Amino acid sequence: MIDRTKFGTFGGQYVPEVLMPALNELEEAYRQAMEDVDFQKEFDDLLRTYVGRPTPLSYAKRLSHSLGGAKIYLKREDLAHSGAHKINNALGQALLAKRMGKTRVIAETGAGQHGVATATAAALLGLECVIYMGEVDMERQKPNVLRMELLGAKVQPVSSGSKTLKDAINEAIRDWVTHVRHTHYLLGSALGPYPYPQIVRDFQSVIGREARQQILEREGKLPSAVIACVGGGSNAIGIFSAFLSDQTVRLIGVEAGGNGIESGYHAARFADPRKGRLGVLHGTMTYVLQDEDGQIAETHSISAGLDYPAVGPQHAYLRSIARAEYTFATDAEALQAFQVLAKSEGILAALESAHAIAEALKQAPSYPTDQVILVNLSGRGDKDLDTVMQVLSQTAVISKDGKKPDERS
Amino acid sequence: MNALELIQHTFQLTRATGRAALMPYFTIGYPDLPTSFEIVGKLAESGADLIELGIPFSDPLADGPTIQHSTQTALKNGVTLQTCLRFVQDLRQGGLTTPIFLMGYYNPIFNYGEERFVQAASESGVQGLIIPDLPPEEADELRQHCRKHHLALVHLIAPTTPVTRIQRIAALSQGFLYVVSVTGVTGARKSLPPHLFEFLHEVRQLTNIPLAVGFGVSTPEQAASLGQVVDGVIVGSALIEVVRQAEQPVQAAGTYLSQLRAALEDRVRE
Repeated sequence: MIDRTKFGTFGGQYVPEVLMPALNELEEAYRQAMEDVDFQKEFDDLLRTYVGRPTPLSYAKRLSHSLGGAKIYLKREDLAHSGAHKINNALGQALLAKRMGKTRVIAETGAGQHGVATATAAALLGLECVIYMGEVDMERQKPNVLRMELLGAKVQPVSSGSKTLKDAINEAIRDWVTHVRHTHYLLGSALGPYPYPQIVRDFQSVIGREARQQILEREGKLPSAVIACVGGGSNAIGIFSAFLSDQTVRLIGVEAGGNGIESGYHAARFADPRKGRLGVLHGTMTYVLQDEDGQIAETHSISAGLDYPAVGPQHAYLRSIARAEYTFATDAEALQAFQVLAKSEGILAALESAHAIAEALKQAPSYPTDQVILVNLSGRGDKDLDTVMQVLSQTAVISKDGKKPDERS
Repeated sequence: MNALELIQHTFQLTRATGRAALMPYFTIGYPDLPTSFEIVGKLAESGADLIELGIPFSDPLADGPTIQHSTQTALKNGVTLQTCLRFVQDLRQGGLTTPIFLMGYYNPIFNYGEERFVQAASESGVQGLIIPDLPPEEADELRQHCRKHHLALVHLIAPTTPVTRIQRIAALSQGFLYVVSVTGVTGARKSLPPHLFEFLHEVRQLTNIPLAVGFGVSTPEQAASLGQVVDGVIVGSALIEVVRQAEQPVQAAGTYLSQLRAALEDRVRE
């Protein structure tokens, strides 16, 4: 029997009983909304007239020429209102929340992009909004904290555990458990218990549908590869989803390599066989970074949005059937890609998205010049300027080997 | 007597004396391993009918600040799943006969290997398992292993659980049905939630399995009034709070438990 809550053996609903009825209610509300023409129309209208969709597809001409290989195209989710792809899902779920009669939305945020998107959607639709954010992340993504507050949301600092995204999700779930009757948990990535991974993917699938059509119009053919960064994996699954049945298109997800896999300071669930194993975190069965005893490992990434120990279950599934491949970029590689993109194309990418750019820099030279690589530029980098400035001032120059001076012997 | 029979027998005994069973929860390794060992012994001496022992987990998302603090401390003290199994083994070797339930989150158990864990738990002298993030839908395999090794797999219901679902879960739960009293996480509360007694009466009509109520129970008075309508009363966070604040934690735990037990006995059901 096929389990509707799973992708193969990944996914499911590993949650406290108090939440099971809420998940069933959400599943039913979502099913009805998908069949409701008015809901679809309202959502599509908002994406067009409020978010500014379709987002452009930019040809990165100077970058492509300098690499001397494939033509690199960027799907510009950084130009969506509020600065990242997160708004697509936030609006969809906020509409669902209203439909279910919930008056309050809560959300977790790492980089702050999902928090800003949720605060934005809540302001637009008149919902009370509380955002849980780890104290470490509040420090490194200050501008987004201010943004959320200006949008009328309450930002609740989380001081437990590693004080990052994982702990923000713990606290958001605890809030949800307590206020489930009138609160919708607006989960921001393609993870968590069913039906979240499916709902988030569907609301983000607009990225892939637009990009596929745009690239066909521009180039008259499909890309050879589609590259996206993977924290929980919502922007990646959003763009991959349109290409799943195009078997010639390589789908490449890029995890956060942090200080390098050997260092142990990373968030690459698939790349570290010592720590990355099948497990359960936040309601879903997937690859989880954990220690020998099954305790969840602390993670590290320069980008708060990728700094998370579990990966969305559909990514684990796509990897298990070899439909998608997963690699990683280190902090140093992402920083270098950030600078390269800024200088060659005039775009400040989010550090999350810079991981995808880093992989494009590696892949492009091995393709002929008539081939196309599509990169999901999932968000803009304004929020990261503090982090980038800090690192650059410490290291002055990022060397050609991509390592900071303190990493060299 | 196998584990299920032992649990059944315990509830029958308390029922026969007209009171509810007292079931304290305590975290293995809090405030440190030897002290927690002494505390558990003391709980049994001071009137615990069944004992729930917490396996620490890094991300206890159904727990409030008190139990979070205790499990984080236990992790810092180096407590692992293996430690917990040995802990029960040592209790049994010390002569403790009270039925023991291990309560822990799913990932460490899954990581250890479900069958390997169930077998080891059974051999260590554990009677049952309570896994708050494993709803019946995801528990098929574990249930089979538990059947094979005669361990009770206890399921939970919450105030949000619909009637038909309560019936389904009650039919699957073994040993007793864990009734979560609040829509919320664990933690002592000043008063019990307003509609709790209605809810408990409703559940009582739906099933014959023993009901034990937990989450948010802290005072002897609360325990006594709950004891009128259910078969077991679970006290966790309040006990840990007592231990946390006491200069002599073992004694304090014993005194607190005796008070709970006395309150349950004073209000013998008609």
